Formats: sequence, C-alpha cells, structure tokens
Amino acid sequence: MTNYIIRRLLIAIPTLLVISFVIFAVLGLAPGDPMSQFGRNPNVPEEVRENIRRSLGLDRPWYERYFLWLNNVLTQGDLGFSFNSRVPVTDLIAQRLPQTLWTVGIAYLVALSIAVPIGVISAVKQYSWFDRIATTMAFVGFSIPSFAIGLLVILIFAVNLRWFPLIYDTTIQVVDLESFTKQLRQIIMPVMVVAIQQSADVTRYLRSSMLDNLPLDYVRTARSKGLRESAVVIRHALRNSLIPVIALMSLGVPAIFTGAIITETLFRVNGIGELLIRSTQLSDTPVVMAITFIYAVLVVLFNLVADVAYATLDPRIRYS
Amino acid sequence: MSEANRAIDSTTTPVITDVRKIGDISQRPPRTLWGDARRRFLKHRLAVLGSLVIIFFTLAVLVGPSIYTVDREALNFDVPTMAGPTWEAPMGTDDLGRDILARALFGGRVTLAVGVTAMLIAILVGTIVGSISGFFGGYLDQLLMWITDTFLSMPTLPLFLLIVYLFRDTLTRALGPETGIFLLVVSVIGLLTWMPTARVVRASFQTLKHREFVEAATCLGVGPLAIMFRHILPNVMSPIIVAATLGVGTAIITESTLSFLGVGFPPDLPTWGRLVTDGQNFLELAPHMSLLPSLLIFLTVLSINFIGDGLRDALDPRSRL
Repeated sequence: MTNYIIRRLLIAIPTLLVISFVIFAVLGLAPGDPMSQFGRNPNVPEEVRENIRRSLGLDRPWYERYFLWLNNVLTQGDLGFSFNSRVPVTDLIAQRLPQTLWTVGIAYLVALSIAVPIGVISAVKQYSWFDRIATTMAFVGFSIPSFAIGLLVILIFAVNLRWFPLIYDTTIQVVDLESFTKQLRQIIMPVMVVAIQQSADVTRYLRSSMLDNLPLDYVRTARSKGLRESAVVIRHALRNSLIPVIALMSLGVPAIFTGAIITETLFRVNGIGELLIRSTQLSDTPVVMAITFIYAVLVVLFNLVADVAYATLDPRIRYS
Repeated sequence: MSEANRAIDSTTTPVITDVRKIGDISQRPPRTLWGDARRRFLKHRLAVLGSLVIIFFTLAVLVGPSIYTVDREALNFDVPTMAGPTWEAPMGTDDLGRDILARALFGGRVTLAVGVTAMLIAILVGTIVGSISGFFGGYLDQLLMWITDTFLSMPTLPLFLLIVYLFRDTLTRALGPETGIFLLVVSVIGLLTWMPTARVVRASFQTLKHREFVEAATCLGVGPLAIMFRHILPNVMSPIIVAATLGVGTAIITESTLSFLGVGFPPDLPTWGRLVTDGQNFLELAPHMSLLPSLLIFLTVLSINFIGDGLRDALDPRSRL
C-alpha cells in the first residue's frame, strides 16, 4: 500500500510540473502586458516604464522566468510578489485559502449527507414516487448552472425571506457563540450553492451503482441468512456501491472548485477564487499564476486521495 | 429474429397457426439498428419532450428575430424600465427600457452556436485521441492517456478565464469583436473538454479491435487507417453520440459561466449568460432580468440532458431485443 501511495505521488509530480509550465506559457505568450494599463498613460516616460518592467523581472523571456519561478517555489516556497499590492503572494493566499477550503469542505459534507440517503432509498425503491422525484431533482440539479442556483438562493433566502445576510462579512472573528452563529448564518448560502450541485451528481452515481449491486448474489446470500433488510442494504450493498462512486467523485473535483469560484464571486466570500477573478482583471500575473497552480495542486491532491481510498476499499484492486 | 425463434419454440399451439405466424413475421420489414433506436427513443417521454423544447428554441432564435421585430438595442424610456413581463414585452424590459425577449432571441443564436461548435471540436479531438490510443496501444497509448489525465487535472475554469482574458484583445483586433471572441471561446471550451470522449472511445476501440470483423478486414488487406475509421469507428458511434449531446449542455453552461464572470462576449452581443450578468445587479428590484435568461439556459441544458439520457437508453446494444 505504501508503495502504491509513493508511486502515485511520483506520478503526480510531473503532472503538476507540466500543468505549471502550461499555465506559465499561457501567461508568458499572452499578448497582454501587466504594464499595458500603465503604458497607456502618456505621462509615464519610457525609461520609467522600462525600469518598472525590469524591477518586476519582465524584461526576461517567459521560459527564463518560469525556471526562476519554479526554483523559488521549490527551494523557498516563494511565489513572488503581487504586482498590485506589493505583498508576498504567499501571504495573500494564506489569508484566503482557509475560507475556500471551509466552504468547499462543509459543502461536500452537506452534499454527501443529502446524497447518500437519497441515492440508497432511490435505488432500493426503484420506480417508486420517491425515486421518480429524486431522479428528476438530480437531473435538475445537474443541469442548472451554479450562478443560477446562487441567484435563486439569494432571491429566496436573502431578498424575500431575509433569513441570511446578502453580503458576506469578511471581518467576523469567531470568538463566542454570537459571532459563531453570525458566521454560520452567512456561510449557509455559499455552501448551499456548491452542495446542491454536488449532491445531484453523487445521488445519480450512487443510485446507479446501488442498482448494479442489489441484484447480485452476495446480497441474496445476506438476505437468505436472515439479516435485517437495513443491514443488507447498508452494511453489504452500500459499502460495495460506494467504491465506484468514490472513483467518479474524483473526476468531479475540478467542478467543485469551479462552483467555489462562482459562489465566492457571487457572495463576495474572500476566498482564493474571488482573488483570482480580481487579479485576472488587474493583470496581476504572480497572483494569477499562484492561484491557478494551487487549484491544480488541490485537484491532483484530491484525485490522489480518491485513488488511494479506492484502492484501500476495493480488495480486488491490486496495487503492486 | 428473436421473435421468430420464439414463435417456433412455442409448440403449445397447433402447427398450422405457427406457420402462419412465421409467414406474417417474414412479411414485416426487417428491424434495423437505427429503427430500433428510434422506437426506443420515442418511448422515452422526457427525451421526446426535450427534443421538442430544443427544436422550438432553435427555431425561435433562427426565425424569431424576423417575426418579433422589436429593436433589441432601442433605448425606450416611454415604457416603464425594468418592468416585469407584459403583453407588449413578454420577458420584460431591462434598466434601459430595452426589450429582453428581442435581446434573448438574438443572443440565443450565439449561445446555441457556441454550444454546438465547441462540442464538435471536443468530439473531434476526443475521437481522434481516443481511437489512436485504443487502436495502436503501447507507448503511444500510454503517452496519450497521460496527456488526457493531465488535462483532466487542469483547473479548467481558472484556465478558461486566463486564456480568454489574455487573448481577447488581440483576437478582437485581428478578427473583429464577434468572430474573434466566438472563435476564442469555442476553441478554448472545445480544447479543455475533450477528455471524457477520448476515454470512452479508447475503451470501445480496445474491446472492438480484437473482434473477428477486424481480423477479417486485416486479412483482406485493409490498411490500419481504414480499419480504424471505416470498420471500428461506426461501431463506436453510439457512445460518441451520447457524449456529443451531453457536450452541448456542458459547453452552454461553460459559456454562460464565462459571460457571468465578465470575460465572455462584448455587451452588444447579449448571450443568455451575459443577460444574467446584466440583470444580476437589479436582482432585488427586477428579478425577471436575471431569472428569465437563467431559466432559458436551464431549460436548454435540461432538455439536452434528457435527450442524452434517452439516446443512451436507445443506442445501448444491451437493451436491444
């Protein structure tokens, strides 16, 4: 098992290198210049512009800058300085990454706790009214763009019902019960948006996986030795059905972060997605590069976790 | 074929009627793969409904602007601005008094065209990569699958944003604002979503390349390219068709997401995603401005997904009896 994990890690490294190179190449080959807004100002003399470009390291070709960047990342964990705020990128990201991970993490737990029971009941009572409603809802959830869910959620819960605040307050420090409930109230809507879409996906996967497993011999054996139906379904069928679901879930990881970017922009949550959108508009290359790379790392990391979980759960998978 | 067998097998009825039955069956036109698929598709009620919705939307955006002739850019301050749906303006008006239906009919052309074109690019790339990978195997397969996996780990939305944002101005200058951005958005979506198709096609090629009909073709001296594209590929069509259908939905969602984040088409090209963004700031005062275009996107994607579901059931050879 340890061997398998090590081998998977070794495969992940070249993947990340290639992805970082591609992102850097896109940024480097792009005709856009961080100085372009500045450059349109006729009052800035040519020499000053050149000096600024040199101080930002922009006078060198992009591939040279890539190896410089890679070297700094690998040796010192240094992602450079933001062009816009002159703050180390690592500081900016350290401030914002927790919010993103919290939103995504809570949303995922919520999604699983909604999707697993629905998927199981749907499959056990196939073609019942519950199954029909659940499958239709899953179809709806998976066809609706996340910004539309977001707008609908805002309209219902913030504008009409006034249950939750419209705009995320980034200054709340959780110290006591009152600030905790405040934080809880404002995180519900962003979490809902990511969770609705994820639970739709997981419900569909789990239902079809359960339907594949329920007619199998081992389920009949479990029933014929007199086990309770709940034990047959949960302890026998569900456990086996979850294995392919985990593999499919890893493919959905990029989609989760996409959803998170939309929610963060929509609710103005101060996560890395919101920073990415803002930095893209400001042509703040180091920040954009770093955040895109962090998304890549997260995607590869979660894929790895899913693969390892898959291999651990399914004894039929040989990882030698 | 199978029905004829069953008729012969059931010997409970007198022999004479059996002969007549067989005669009846032989007079019926033979069942074909596509005929069966069509019959099964028509039984899938939601898929048929979805097809009707898509046909309606396509006709509406193609012919609609010439029937519904309200000027989509006319600033009209005689009518109430940000008014909800009325008989004069069935989808309401926006903050400048412009008719939203007229804008949606025109912008829908772009939205649907982006969906279809991006899907075609993704399917083309996916099919080529998948068939080469599955047919030739070996190192080529390993390399291509490694590339596919790398693309699957790419953070797609950040990359979309980056590429569109960075290359937008150059392409706009070179090809004009509409063609330039259309080509950019379509190719970026196509080139970042071909991976699932490649995997499906590869898997099908791997199972099919050892079948007898391929062996027969090889013995007849058919070259590898002809075997790949004339003999194996037609047998892989069903998963490709399903992937293509679902791909249109993904592309439409992606385009509207890009527009929503402000990196899509310019404001004078009101795609449905753009209309949602424009209306977003007036959510409290005029919810119809963003919700009705969202509904259009949602209905389109939902219908496409139902069609995809129906096609999957209809084209699955295991369900063919």
